[in-house]
Amino acid sequence: MKKILGYAAIAGFIALGASCTQEKKLPIYGDREAKITKDANGNEKIDTVYKTIPNFKFLNQDSIEVTQDAFKNKVYVADFFFTSCSTICPIMHRNMKTIFDKYKDNRDVMFLSHTIDFKYDKPSVLKKYAQKLGADVPQWQFLYGSKEEVYKLAEKDYLVAVQEDSSATDGYIHQGWLVLIDKHKRIRGAYDGTKTEEVEKLKTDMDILLAEKD
Amino acid sequence: MRKIIVYSLFFGAIAIAINACQSASEIEMAKYMSNGKDIYQARCQNCHGENGEGLGELAPPLTDTIFLKSNKQKLACYIKNGVNEPMQIHGKTYQEKMPAFKDLHDIDIAQVTVYITNSFGNRHGMYTYEQVANDLKSCN
Repeated sequence: MKKILGYAAIAGFIALGASCTQEKKLPIYGDREAKITKDANGNEKIDTVYKTIPNFKFLNQDSIEVTQDAFKNKVYVADFFFTSCSTICPIMHRNMKTIFDKYKDNRDVMFLSHTIDFKYDKPSVLKKYAQKLGADVPQWQFLYGSKEEVYKLAEKDYLVAVQEDSSATDGYIHQGWLVLIDKHKRIRGAYDGTKTEEVEKLKTDMDILLAEKD
Repeated sequence: MRKIIVYSLFFGAIAIAINACQSASEIEMAKYMSNGKDIYQARCQNCHGENGEGLGELAPPLTDTIFLKSNKQKLACYIKNGVNEPMQIHGKTYQEKMPAFKDLHDIDIAQVTVYITNSFGNRHGMYTYEQVANDLKSCN
């Protein structure tokens, strides 16, 4: 009897272990709504519509117009920064560069940095910055746009707070989130780009996201 | 026997006293180093890196010990007033602007300079706040 119990316990542990190794899935952030559609037979079906990043049109570091098509079917990391920022941006980009180095040869991964300094960070400035950071490649897009468009995109869509502030050291304040976007333009994670442990988490989550089946 | 113990205690005490005297400057140095490290982490590390490695070509590394040695009198000016001129470091030109740290006092500048010039493979010894005050007079 005792033996049977022992075996049962072992079997239980194995089952537990198996359930733990089940595929991990990242949450999907943002508001969602239910859409009711009718199929050909008139049966009602409920679909969940997730929040997605809307289309945009900005100039990149090569002064070429870039739309969301450049990020089609890519997983990408997005952030908001400006080149003359001497506080958190260098840390964010030092950390983002380690992610870039890890996924350099991965065609499914891209990087996108929006500047919030619409006065000074013209494409030529972004180009120089990208070169000096060692990231002037098509895989990492540095985008310039008008204040209204970029700030709206940051706050309404990427959920990152950005603001002009004359009392701040460099004239702007913003949050240092690195936002992880999936192939369906949905937000799957946001990580504090100034903390190495959170950036490590992003790398782990990136692998989970890349392994995800559509 | 008793004499031996008394003598050894006596000479031991003298030895300890001498030893303590010698390390007074070392204690001062250690104080500068530890305060300097705090300032470095709060104000410098974001651009120059945890190990003074710099950031691409945006911020130069602090490991060019010859540059630091030959520009030692200018370091206080660099920190206090920022830098807006090209610099040759490890044979490479860096020309990004460095912000000014006006709010740092002479003692802060002395401590952070001691930390930088005695870390990351540098070993340039002590640099007092009196020297900082003196060096700041000749900033251009």
